[in-house]
Amino acid sequence: MMQALRMAVLMLAVMTVITGLAYPLAITGVAQLIFPHEATGSLIKKGDAVIGSSLIGQYFSKPEYFHPRPSAANAPSLEAGAPPAIGYDPLDSGATNLAPSSKKLIENVTAAVKSNQPDNPGRPVPGDLVTASASGLDPDITPDAAEFQVPRVALARNMSEDQVRAMVAKCTKGRTLGFLGEPRTNVLALNLMLDEAAGK
Amino acid sequence: MTVNGILQIAIFCIAIIALVRPLGGYMTRVFNGDKTFLSPVFRPVERVLYAASGVRPEVEQSWRVYGVAMLLFSLAGSVSLYAIFRLQDILPLNPQGFPALPPELALNTAISFVTNTNWQFYSGESTMSYLSQMIGLTVHNFVSAATGIALAMAIIRGFARRSAKTVGNFWVDLTRCVLYILMPVAIVYALFLIWQGVPQTLAAYVDATTLEGAKQTIAVGPVASQEAIKMLGTNGGGFFNGNSAHPFENPTALSNLIQMISIFSMGAALTNVFGRMVGRERQGWALFGVMGLLFLAGTFIVYPVEAGGNPAIAAMGVDQSVGPGQVGGNMEGKEVRFGIANSSLFTVVTTDTSCGAVNNMHDSLMPLAGMIPLINIQLGEIIFGGVGSGLYGMLMFAIIAVFVAGLMVGRTPEYIGKKLEAREVKMSILAILILPLSILGFTAIATVVPQGIATLTNSGPHGFSEILYAYTSATGNNGSAFAGLGPNMFWQVTMAIAMFMGRFLFIVPMLAVAGSLAAKKIVPPSAGTFPTDNGLFVALLIGVILIVGGLTFFPALALGPVVEHLAMQAGSMF
Repeated sequence: MMQALRMAVLMLAVMTVITGLAYPLAITGVAQLIFPHEATGSLIKKGDAVIGSSLIGQYFSKPEYFHPRPSAANAPSLEAGAPPAIGYDPLDSGATNLAPSSKKLIENVTAAVKSNQPDNPGRPVPGDLVTASASGLDPDITPDAAEFQVPRVALARNMSEDQVRAMVAKCTKGRTLGFLGEPRTNVLALNLMLDEAAGK
Repeated sequence: MTVNGILQIAIFCIAIIALVRPLGGYMTRVFNGDKTFLSPVFRPVERVLYAASGVRPEVEQSWRVYGVAMLLFSLAGSVSLYAIFRLQDILPLNPQGFPALPPELALNTAISFVTNTNWQFYSGESTMSYLSQMIGLTVHNFVSAATGIALAMAIIRGFARRSAKTVGNFWVDLTRCVLYILMPVAIVYALFLIWQGVPQTLAAYVDATTLEGAKQTIAVGPVASQEAIKMLGTNGGGFFNGNSAHPFENPTALSNLIQMISIFSMGAALTNVFGRMVGRERQGWALFGVMGLLFLAGTFIVYPVEAGGNPAIAAMGVDQSVGPGQVGGNMEGKEVRFGIANSSLFTVVTTDTSCGAVNNMHDSLMPLAGMIPLINIQLGEIIFGGVGSGLYGMLMFAIIAVFVAGLMVGRTPEYIGKKLEAREVKMSILAILILPLSILGFTAIATVVPQGIATLTNSGPHGFSEILYAYTSATGNNGSAFAGLGPNMFWQVTMAIAMFMGRFLFIVPMLAVAGSLAAKKIVPPSAGTFPTDNGLFVALLIGVILIVGGLTFFPALALGPVVEHLAMQAGSMF
């Protein structure tokens, strides 16, 4: 028994060195060498300042920017008496975890419909714009959700709707290899492109 | 449902089927100790490892010695994990300066990762130092998976050997599984994930100033190395709270496909290892067929239900229809890049197995779609299953199925040439009964004590489903959640007990079966032998799984998702 326990402890120690140190450290070294951009978080920089990651969504509320989906990542409104939800906090990724039969979900969706509907009064609001994502950091919206916001952004920026639409198209990716995943529009990339076009 | 969605599911299925024989053949050679293309690299490492830990690889173990070795190894792992979490604040590689974990969280998390459950009552990005993620969680992602596969080898040898006293050597099985199978795949896989956008760095979190001028702290870390083994070993514990929905764990549709394939591949290949080792691959394919049919049944319930959207929000002028620029369906708790088809498929894959990683939040699934993960886990995660545990769970059911067939025709049951007698059948039933005992027992307790319902997010029948899901996930060592459930002392301690019961109280009777089977002679098949490699057996086994495994839980399911569904149809909200 004592001999078996000794083996267990030693085996765990050896496994820790191999799988817990050698493996992750070697992968880190190789990654920094061959994929330095991806390995450090696909960061977007303006000069030396980091403005975000192309994979991580950001909160936008100004009319001249495209808005992302509702986010429950550090959304304080889930707690009583807290300030309104901002979300998109990578230190607390996650979802609302509300049931489809939840009254609170209905309240959330109602509020989101109310704030989005004025953008495009004649059309039903696309579902992804009023439902919170799983990670709370979803960098994408559907192409329909982008199209829905085109009139507002064009008006706020003094651009024609077609000019804005052309940029949406540039920031929209189809299915990988033609069949994998879903078409999506990266919100941060799109807003960056709009700012660049405006000379910011 | 869309044609493209079904196409994606079909491509996933083809990939799994294509992997079964090559991977199964390779794994068979590894566990038989034969030479493989990686032997020149790893044989010397293997020898050094045995020498360093005092293991004599040529000495085989009886089932009791094998089991004791496994239990001691798990004990050592639990103690060391607990110590790492409690000392995290004074250990190195903690750039964010996280404090030590409180004792009850450290206990819950240690048991969780040693039992291959990976239930997480914490957010990784605001709790765990890089060192804890590496030498704590990543290590146990490897060794708890290897432990499961080793145990499956023990029972396969029980069937394959005749009049034998031993079932293999636990240390050798564990070592070979890590070195020859998990490690090489994990290395390639981790690099692939980094290419797709998963971070791998030891640098501190990055402060960004957003376009609107707000401060955003972007959590990074050695993510890819952990993510690879998290999926491959059907562990499922995320580096971040968002798990495989987090863009840094699962950035693209391609990474998502590979993650799903990696969850299933080992479990599927083990059916082939079984077939090869008992000398007839068809026996493995029969088990694969049972698993495949149950998998498809689950997939084609979840997918259409989720694609149908939520009627409660459709009434509010929200567009949930599918179009060229719109995924449609119930998008609460889902990511745009995955949409409905890939989220539904992932949900079924992760709960058929003991993985428990999620790319969408199960708490927000429609009631009937959310019932499928519950059923999948309650059946014992035998649909490809956890690496190793899926196969040995399925073999327990196969023993019961052959026993039932034997009763019908009045003959001593045989499976793979082994006569099944009272001891094997009793032990199999004992193992299978652990699930309802722990799941229903703890659920009953939690619903009547105030601490049990204090931390629920949802009320009404869905609140009950949250409780049922928690103990189902813990006992089944799955780790996925109806994640609205928050932690308190009651939950952390009772779930640690449920995870422990689900893992070890299942394994011990299973090993006893392995030992007693190994000691038996092989009976040559005769005209009266019930064949176990054809459609009739597949149908019988599915029947036994659904009746023995599933019916026990039907009343509990009726109180949760079924009531919720009916109430929603009637327009009630909670």
